[in-house]
Amino acid sequence: MEVSFDLTIAWALLLAFAVYVYVVLDGFDLGIGILYPFFPEKQDRDLMMNTVAPVWDGNETWLVLGGGGLFAAFPMAYAIIMPAVYPLVIAMLLGLVFRGVAFEFRWRAAGRFAEWFWDGAFIGGSLVAALTQGMILGTLLQGIEVDGRAYGGGWLDWLTPFTMLCGVAVVCGYALLGACWLNWRVAGPAQHRIRVLARTFGFATVGFIGAVSLATPFLEQSYFERWLAWPQILEVSPVPIVVVGLALWLAKELFDERNDWMPFAISLALFGLCFVGLGLSMWPYVIPPEVTLWDAASPESSQLFMFVGAVILVPIILAYTIYAYWVFRGKLGHGDGYH
Amino acid sequence: MDMSLGFDAILLARIQFAFTVAFHFIFPAFTIGLASFLAVLNGLYLWSRDEAYLRLFTYWVKIFAISFAMGVVSGIVMSYQFGTNWSVFSDLAGPVIGPLMAYEVLTAFFLEAGFLGIMLFGREKVGNGLHMVACLMVAVGTAISATWILSVNSWMHTPAGYIIGENGQFLPQDWWAIVFNPSFPYRLVHTLIAAYLTTAFIVGGVGAWHLLQGRGHNRGVRTMFSMAMWMAALVAPLQIVAGHEQGLNTLEHQPTKVLAMEGHFESSEDGIPLILFGIPDQEAQEVRWKVEIPHIGGPILEKGWNASLDGLDTVARDLQPPVAIVFWSFRVMVGLGLLMVGVGIWSLWSRWRGDLYYDRWLHRAALLMGPSGLVAVLAGWITTEVGRQPYTIYGELLTAESASPLAASAVGASLLAFIVIYFAIFGAGVVYLLKLMAKPPERGETNDDIHQGPIRTAGITPAPGETLRHSPHPAE
Repeated sequence: MEVSFDLTIAWALLLAFAVYVYVVLDGFDLGIGILYPFFPEKQDRDLMMNTVAPVWDGNETWLVLGGGGLFAAFPMAYAIIMPAVYPLVIAMLLGLVFRGVAFEFRWRAAGRFAEWFWDGAFIGGSLVAALTQGMILGTLLQGIEVDGRAYGGGWLDWLTPFTMLCGVAVVCGYALLGACWLNWRVAGPAQHRIRVLARTFGFATVGFIGAVSLATPFLEQSYFERWLAWPQILEVSPVPIVVVGLALWLAKELFDERNDWMPFAISLALFGLCFVGLGLSMWPYVIPPEVTLWDAASPESSQLFMFVGAVILVPIILAYTIYAYWVFRGKLGHGDGYH
Repeated sequence: MDMSLGFDAILLARIQFAFTVAFHFIFPAFTIGLASFLAVLNGLYLWSRDEAYLRLFTYWVKIFAISFAMGVVSGIVMSYQFGTNWSVFSDLAGPVIGPLMAYEVLTAFFLEAGFLGIMLFGREKVGNGLHMVACLMVAVGTAISATWILSVNSWMHTPAGYIIGENGQFLPQDWWAIVFNPSFPYRLVHTLIAAYLTTAFIVGGVGAWHLLQGRGHNRGVRTMFSMAMWMAALVAPLQIVAGHEQGLNTLEHQPTKVLAMEGHFESSEDGIPLILFGIPDQEAQEVRWKVEIPHIGGPILEKGWNASLDGLDTVARDLQPPVAIVFWSFRVMVGLGLLMVGVGIWSLWSRWRGDLYYDRWLHRAALLMGPSGLVAVLAGWITTEVGRQPYTIYGELLTAESASPLAASAVGASLLAFIVIYFAIFGAGVVYLLKLMAKPPERGETNDDIHQGPIRTAGITPAPGETLRHSPHPAE
């Protein structure tokens, strides 16, 4: 009993880690698609896509680990959440299909229409994927109706002002990540325009984090008690305080223009804190307010069988992922190769 | 009323799953073999320093990149469809098959994705040695991926190593028995060989096309055709053996499926006939207008000349799979397999006569057989999956009891979206692939044929791709 207790928490943490890594990694490469409309020139777009071409595939694999891990470690939660957000998941998958093939097809397209079409697929796919991911998160936060071991609500229950707020928030957040990534990895005149966009989306993102944070405690009694009731407020208050601090630091770095990599690092930390906040809200539920982590957990044997592999393999995966990023390090600019 | 609506949603979910898997399966079936082919070409280049191999590598790696991207995006759809359309199945079977699929992600998907970038764009950055390692990692990753997913699929056909828990969940008892369930080794071998043959016939078809276009002087064209024909000659006969072994395994564990494949509605007392062709009529429980050879079925199933057989008439009607689909898809697969063996033998004959690059009828046959592997793979997959019906987990969980509680309208709308978008996107992808294949591999083969500008090779540093802009484009 003691062992399975620990394993379930360990799996919850591991899954949270996988989803966080997915959100920040695919976040910045989806963000590039979201930023495409601000860069109508083909050469800018080529440059932006080239910064992520060698790594996007690995970034997206964390989404498969997140989904697969949920399926394996918490099958009941997977079986309830997926039908609850059915149209959102389908839209997200189709968005990712468009965006993923655009990486290849864009270079193969001959003719203006085909180029326009695949650029559009890249923009639209990235936007839809980001928006639906935010809305899925919002749906989970606002609560899912459960009937026995299955989803008990209607197929449009996910559509509320709160989930739309979360969707737009994630679009802005990904745009911020994308802009900070490009600010780090791109040189030349494009970098200046990127930095301006990073400031804009930075303000927007912080604003949306505030809006979502203010709305969340009123969704569920348990959230309210966790975030706003005395004395718990003392335990959780460091989260919003540090968020404000990071937001100010991000603004300073984006205006100071000293370390190109620093805004990206701060954005990652900002996303990390939002994640901690999210976890604090939901704990100990995997589907608030109905299903706890332990209700939905796989039997101990399943969790243990996978956990052994995960503990060995995840560090190896991180090692070669970092190596792949290292291979393609450094700045890329238009002027290179012409001087 | 309510019942019929429920049935509609399940039927639509089945169509959606079949449609999305069929589309997805095409790409890994091709890229598993192609990844190994590329690793071999790269190895041959490093060993011999013969530029012809490098040229072939660069030529096929572009085709690989496009196919792989389509396989990845359609595969992500599959990984979520278990939950969206088959949530009851996911809840019940998750404790057993979930970990296997998680292992596929951990051991294969990350490996492929992590090294793909280096394989495609990293030669100049990491040097030939590490680039070769990346090629091997991608090839090994595709094979590991096939291993896990076939373990999952085989377990659904021949479940083992579990008990049923009080809430109806399948609970793991013995992981060894689950992973190495009775049909797994047979399926793995049969499917991996199928993937290699699929690639061989596509490569051979492309080579044959260029030979027919009078490009026999191009060494790359000759090499790809020759290598593909060696694969066909050596591996196609092996596949017949592997397929036969899997058939015997199926006879042992899923006899009903074999009865459907062979069209045996009627039990036979003395000697099992081999039904070659006919029109299965499930209503009447007979095969109409059948052409059959008496007694031959016995030895083929490794039973006696006068063996008896319990036919589908001993199986309750609602537990029979749809016989006509299984019967015909099986014949398509076997027929194409035999034609592959034929092409392989023909190529040996031509090679022996010194005629391999000049035998226009062989080239026409190889061109025609180019897509045969893909068709055979799909036909085989239909045979085995439709043959499993009406179960998702054979003998344990009915398909009708596996689906999500969804409205038919929701499943129908998403099915329509999948059909429209898949045909548009993957149609375009196939056009781009055919465009690449229509050009022969040339001296100075680069990663980009259409634009003279930078291709994704650029990566993040000042790009080698960029410098191509002011070098002459040698492919032209």
